[in-house]
This record gives sequence, structure tokens and C-alpha cells, in this order.
Amino acid sequence: MRVLRILLEKEFRQVFRDPAILRIIFLMPIIQLLIMPLAADYEVKNIKLCVVDFDRSSYSQKLVNKIAATKYFQLVDYTDSYQKALIYIEKDEADLVLQIPSSFEKQLVKEDQATVFMALNAINGVKANLGGAYLRSIIGDFNREIRLEWLQFPRLSPQPTIQVSAINWFNPLMNYQVFMVPGILVILVTMVGAFLSALNIVKEKEIGTIEQINVTPIRKYQFILGKLIPFWVLGLIILTIGLIISWVVYGIVPAGNVFTIYIFAAVYLLAVLGMGLLVSTFANTQQQAMLLSFFLMMTFILLGGLYTSIDSMPPWAQTFTKFNPVSYFIEVMRMVVLKGSSLYDIRNHLFIVFVFAVVLNSFAVWNYKKRS
Amino acid sequence: MKQFLFFVQKEFYHLLRDRRTLFILFGMPLMQILIFGFALTNEVKNTRIAILDNSRDETTAGIIHQLEASRYFDVVKNIRGYGELEPAFQEGKIKLAVVFPSRFQYALSHENSVSVQLIADATDPNVANTLANYATAIIMDYQKNMKGQQDFPYTINTEMRMLYNPQLKGSYNFVPGVMAMVLMLVCAMMTSISIVREKEMGTMEIILVSPIVPIRVVIAKMVPYFLLSGVNIGSILILSVFVLDVPIQGNLVLLVSECLLFTVTVLALGLLISSVTDSQQTAMLISLMGLFLPTIMLSGFMFPVENMPWPLQILSNIVPAKWFYYIVKNIMIKGLSFGYVWKETLVLTGMTIFFMLVSIKKFKTRLE
Amino acid sequence: MNDDHAISVSQLTKRFGSFTAVDAVTFNVKRGEIFGFLGANGAGKTTAMRMLCGLSFPTSGQATIAGFDLYRDAEKIKKSIGYMSQKFSLYEDLTPRENIRFYGGIYGLTDQQIKSKTDFMVDHLHLENQVDNLVKSLPLGWKQKLSFSVAMLHQPKIVFLDEPTGGVDPVTRREFWMMIYEAAHEGTTVFVTTHYMDEAEYCDRVSIMVDGRLDALDTPLELKRKFNAPSMEEVFIQLARKAKRSDN
Repeated sequence: MRVLRILLEKEFRQVFRDPAILRIIFLMPIIQLLIMPLAADYEVKNIKLCVVDFDRSSYSQKLVNKIAATKYFQLVDYTDSYQKALIYIEKDEADLVLQIPSSFEKQLVKEDQATVFMALNAINGVKANLGGAYLRSIIGDFNREIRLEWLQFPRLSPQPTIQVSAINWFNPLMNYQVFMVPGILVILVTMVGAFLSALNIVKEKEIGTIEQINVTPIRKYQFILGKLIPFWVLGLIILTIGLIISWVVYGIVPAGNVFTIYIFAAVYLLAVLGMGLLVSTFANTQQQAMLLSFFLMMTFILLGGLYTSIDSMPPWAQTFTKFNPVSYFIEVMRMVVLKGSSLYDIRNHLFIVFVFAVVLNSFAVWNYKKRS
Repeated sequence: MKQFLFFVQKEFYHLLRDRRTLFILFGMPLMQILIFGFALTNEVKNTRIAILDNSRDETTAGIIHQLEASRYFDVVKNIRGYGELEPAFQEGKIKLAVVFPSRFQYALSHENSVSVQLIADATDPNVANTLANYATAIIMDYQKNMKGQQDFPYTINTEMRMLYNPQLKGSYNFVPGVMAMVLMLVCAMMTSISIVREKEMGTMEIILVSPIVPIRVVIAKMVPYFLLSGVNIGSILILSVFVLDVPIQGNLVLLVSECLLFTVTVLALGLLISSVTDSQQTAMLISLMGLFLPTIMLSGFMFPVENMPWPLQILSNIVPAKWFYYIVKNIMIKGLSFGYVWKETLVLTGMTIFFMLVSIKKFKTRLE
Repeated sequence: MNDDHAISVSQLTKRFGSFTAVDAVTFNVKRGEIFGFLGANGAGKTTAMRMLCGLSFPTSGQATIAGFDLYRDAEKIKKSIGYMSQKFSLYEDLTPRENIRFYGGIYGLTDQQIKSKTDFMVDHLHLENQVDNLVKSLPLGWKQKLSFSVAMLHQPKIVFLDEPTGGVDPVTRREFWMMIYEAAHEGTTVFVTTHYMDEAEYCDRVSIMVDGRLDALDTPLELKRKFNAPSMEEVFIQLARKAKRSDN
């Protein structure tokens, strides 16, 4: 016990004496939490619209005005041919072309129906898909309005209709930041934990102090614990800074209990640090450790469900995410912060991450060799 | 010239002997292409949904059947009461719930109007929107078929065409971005580290006292990474065409030359970093923070630039990857000619020359 | 085994693939002796020493250190030995006081013991003004003396010194050897590798390794007589010339 205390004293001294680490600890949360959520706004809005109106009737005009008035669309220009409109798309100056046929109003009145045509730049599939759906629903609204206007008297037996109403739970304002910020917090805690712990032991290897430690009667588990605990504490400090920033800047207060987050984070950090330590037992130079953890982190984070939902991944990727601790924490974070899930709700996640922690750390202790 | 070739040879030895690093340099693009191409999609399918059917009649059964039959949804739970909904969402078991009121069929046929409630887990707003759209469409379709009725009067139909990417695949968007990311990593980060390592180990001084012109030493260091990048560009293009089915619509020669131009740009950036730093760790941190993060965040391939606040939009213009991403997207996916990208190419060339000049200047002043 | 022997090695061998770094070495080191371990670069000195300290597994052979078996009781051996490696191995971002506390703590010294050791060292090494500055600001000579003192903190039975005076000026080297004598005088066995032949003269007995084998072992006086050489330097050159491998 005393040995452990001595080890911890030394690690903490070194950490708090290293300006690079301190900078990372305080700057990373601020940069990531202040800039990332601003940049990572996936909400589909500001769709640039180019209109080719061959009809030029009052109704075609009304339709265009209605579309341009919504927050989703931004009217870029009117052109007189589809070819010209396509150039806008090629130059990325428009995302969507709406073409209204020349006899739009006439057809609608005489033949009871008319067709408008739209072409979307679909390189970004999500944007095209949702943009198309928005435009359709605006046109549907417009359709209903003119129907009401033109059918002065409702028919005697109106159509039986099913109305669909949608309610958005947990994030009623559909705020993208509420979705991203908890996820970014996870990334933050993960990166700091994994990178710092991986680099730390390798640094002792490079400068040679590890030899001096290895000739002492210190036990492996003492040494590993001595490395683990400081970064575990740092991880929790960063989590706290992050939670404060997301409260002050974004007004995000966890719907669930904050202690649920801390309990999960405490176990999760053990798993992440175990991974960092494992990397450090494999690498001989800081460059290798850095590259290796970077590679792992990138894979874990991209497949962690931060940017795209795990449900839409193919089966092999979904299987992989079952072994990805990051995805569990992201899910838990969103559950607790947004939905107010309790410790009981996340019991399975907690158990699985606990198993990761045990396996990774045992492996790290086993793979750390005092003697070659 | 012969001296120069000796140096290039030495650099190749360094690179080829560090197996672990080499493995990651080649494995990274492969992995990224696979992840981005296959795993990162926003396509909605087999989403778990719950049904709360308070009516249990023929019509609701019909709609439920349609929902089950669609590839978008997977009905996992039949819920008995409203109170069960929240726990199901909280445990993350479902993303959407469809709620039918009691006396559904009766209301529909006698009162001519009835409403279905969709409750979406809006933690991810885009997914919530997409799910609600799909569910609405299925219910509307059912209604149409149910009655086989005449069309509504005064109907505006819409016809839609998805340009460039009719199947709405995510990889069309990601491939150009992955290319920028990999080149950034291989060229800028690895070159800067390898130059700084020689400084750290003191071998740089030995080279500098030799009669060889210093800038040649630096260029010799870049050659292996330039070739390595060429290999990576090739493998990314081959993978995207044959594995991801992302075709190259434009001129291949033009595309490859633009890629090589960008390679030179980032090599120059790597050189710049190495001329202002003395330790590997600093070089790594600068590459990560100063190059890699901005590439991911501001180049537009992961996050839409047009949604960003204006300071970030302005900032994004100094990120070389943004211009490269635009060029590759236009040539590779849209199949446009050089006439459409000459301005961007000019910007990249200008940046390259600027980085080169600054780093050579820095390099010289450090020697004196 | 003989109770008079602090270290007793028999047929100790280390191979890396097809390369035999240490080739069936056999020797004994007496208690309280200053044992010089010489050899050209690449002769296998450091590898042999690393095996004796429990940093590296022998490929074959036997060794007993401080009465403990090298295979079975490696961790017990570690309590009875001190080690000062070729690379400087104190933490540069800690102060001398903190380094002493750290290593003392690892070896299980009490706070009281650590305090008195620190006071003793400050006094002995004249560190009064430096004890609370970072180690990285100390001159090399002081750093070396400090690491030796740290290796001696827990009063080990045997201390292993791997080229302790490399790059140090002659005055500091002299002071360093005074410290070694003092340690030996108090009963510690000193096992030291060196390149400096004048230092070899200070040892009680000297062994010389050539190509992984132990080619000579005796008192400096006896060696000079045997090889008919005026100095240890001459002895060394005669032996080293036979070497087939060398890393320089």
C-alpha cells in the first residue's frame, strides 16, 4: 500500500509538472467542446435551391415563395433552362433544382393534377434524402391549401383520412448540439485516457528509467496501478470540466443522475486506460505508441456511433461495435443525458464495460515484462 | 546527383525497416476505406420500433403488417400501455413508437378522420426525421391502397431525380475525404516526424556538416513519402472503384495529377512543421491538432461547411484539404473537366509555393 | 555454495537467435569485494550484468546472487541489490529530494529513514542548494553521484554499476571512486563495469570478457604479472586484440 502511495505521489508530481499534459487537459476540452459542436451540425438546412419556372403563373410563384420562406431552403436563383440550373449544381452553388412545367396551373385546374420535377445533388445522400422529403412535404402542404381554397364547399362525403402526427421525445427542439455534445465528451475522455497512458510508459522506456524500476522488488500490479490511477483521476477531472462546459455553454443538464455518468465513466476509464497500457507494452518508441493508439482510436471512434447510427451499419460492423468500449459509453451518455436513464437501465452496458476493463488490464499486466 | 540518390536510398531503408509503422501506413487507408465505405452510412434499415395498438382491429393490423414488411423497420415490441413507452426508450430498445388510438377503424369509417401518433427518439434529430418520414409514407400508402379510391382533386405530383449518386451511398461523399485524410497523415505527419527525429538524435548535424546542400537533404527525405503516397492514392482509387462501386466519372490523368499536387502541398506542410519544431512529440501534436483535426472538421466531408458559423466558414478556406476535397469530388464523382476546378487548383498551387518558400527560409535561418 | 560468495555464476549463457552474447561464463565474487568487469564494446558485459540483476532471462546456466537463485528468487534478489544503469535513470522532472523519496519508498523505507537518508546525502554530496531544484538542472557529475547514492539507498548487499563514470571529469571520477570504496568498506559488494583502465587498478579483482567469454580473472597485480604487462591497459589490449567481434 505504501509503495503504491509513493508511486502515485511521483506520477502526480510529474503530470502536474509537465506543461504539455496540462495544456492538453485544459485546452482539449475547451477546443473540442467549443468548436466541434459548432462544426458538427448535421441538421439539414440551408439547402440551396435553384428554380426553373416555365409556368410563371401566380400559383407557381406562390409555391416558390412558400418554399423559400422555410428555414430549410434558400433560394439562389431563377433560371430559364434546366441546363443552366445544372451548372449551378455542378459548381456547388445549388443543391436542388425545382422545375415547374409550363402549363402547371392550367393542368392542375383542368386535369386535376400536375407534376413538378426536382433534381438533387445526391453526393451527400442524407442531405439529398431529407431535402427531398422536406420539399415534398412543403409541396403537400401547398397542395392542401389550394385544395381548400378551390373547393369552396367540402364535398358531401369527405375522404376518410388518417392523420399522422409526430412527437419528438427527449429532444423536442431537435437540437443537434444536444445530440453531439454528450458524444464529444466521450471522445474527449477516451482520447485523453488512451493517449496519455500509452505514451507515459513508453516514455519511461525511451529515457531508460523503466530499467531502474525493473530492478526494484516492486510488483507488476503495483506499477500498473501506479500508472493507472493518476490518469483515471485526470479522466474524471476532464469529464467534470466537460460537463461544466456543456452546462454553461450549451445549457445541457443531464436528464438523469450525474452520478450514473460518473459511475459508468469510472469503470469505462479503467477499460480505456487498460487499452493504453496494453499499447505501451507493445510499443518501443513514442512514435509507434502514438501511431498505434491513433489508429485504434480512430477506428473505435468512427465506429462508435458518434457520427452515424450503429443500427444502420452492416452486420460485421455491428458485431465489431459489440467489442468497442467507446460505443457503449456514447450510448450510455446519450441515454443518461437525454433520456434520463437510470443505473438500472444501463446495467448491461456497465457489466460489459467492466469485463473489458478486467480483460484489458489483466492482459496489460501479463504482457508487461520486468525481465526480457 | 549521385549524393542525392544515396540519401534517397537511406531514407527508403529507414522507412522499410520499421515494419510496424509501415504496416500502419498501408493498413490505415485500407481500414478507413472499409469503415467509411461500408460502416458509416446513415441509411435507415431494420430500425427497432414498438407498436402500441389500443384498437386491435383489421385496419391497425393491416398497417402494422405493412410496417413489419418494410425493410426500414423491425417491430420488436408490442406495448400494452402508454407507461411502458418511456422505459423502452430509456433502455435504448426502440427508436420509434407507433400509437393507434382506440376505436381506430370505427373512427376512420364513421368520423372520416383518425390520427396515428408517431413518437420518435429525437436524440439524433436527423434519424428521427427520417424515421417519421418513412413511417408516414407507409401509412399513407396503406390508406391509398385500402380504398383504391379515386385520386384527390387538384393533386400536385412530384418527380425526383437523384443526381450523381442515385442509390444515396455514403461512400460517394467519403472517398474524396478519406483520400485527403490519408495523404495528410502519411505526408505531413510522417515527414515532419522523420525530419525532427534526425534533429533529436543529432544525426541532422552530421548531415549538415557534410558537403551536401541542406535543402537536398530535406527533399531526399520527402521522396519516399511521395512514392508511398502514390501507392496509397492508387490503392484508394482501386478500392473505391472495385470494392465500393464508386466510379471515376472524370479524367483519370487529371484526377491523379491533382492528387499528386495535393501530396506536394502536404509534404511542404510537413517540412514547415519540421522546421519550426525540435521534438517528435511537438511535431506529432502540431500535426494532429493543426492539420488532422481541421481536415476532419473543416474540409466539408464529415460536417457540412454551410451550417457552420461564419468565423469557421472563413477559417475553412485556409485548410488545403477543403480545396482538395472540392476538386476530387468534382472530377471523380461529378465527372467535370479542368475548366471547373482551375480556380481551386490555382489556390492549392499557391498554398504549396507559399509553404515551400516559408519553410526553406526558416530552414536556412536555423542553419546560420 | 560458498557462504563467502556474494555472487556465484556457473556456465551462464545468453543467446539472441544465433548470436551468443554471453558464452558459458563462470566466476565467483567474494563478499565485500570490488569486482571489476571489463571488456571491449560488445563483449557482453552489459548483457551479463542485466541477467544478474534480473532484467533479462539467461538462456542456460546457473547463478546465485546474495544467496538466492536467479531463476526462482528473482524478486528476492531485487531486495538485496542496487543497480545503476548506463543510461542516467533518475527522473529529470523530479527534484533530488523527490527522487530519493520515490526510490526509498519503493524499497520500503519508512518516512523517518527516508528523511535521515536525504539529510545525509544532502550533506555528503553538498546538495544544499540543489536538493529542491529539478534533477535536469544538475551537472552530469552530480547526477552520477546522486544516482549511485540512490542505488545505495536501501543498503543493498550487492551493487551493480554499469559504466558509472562515463563522460565524467577526472576530479568527479576520483570522488566517485571514494564513494565506491566507502560502500565496500561498509560491507557492500561492488560489481562494476568500466572502460577506464586506471579504474581497473582500483578493483580488488578484475575479469576481462572477450567475445562473450571470460578470458581472465585475477587481481590487477597478478594479471599484470601473468601478461607481463606494465599496466592494466596493456593487459586489456593484449586480450582485446584477440576479439573477433566488435561493434566499433
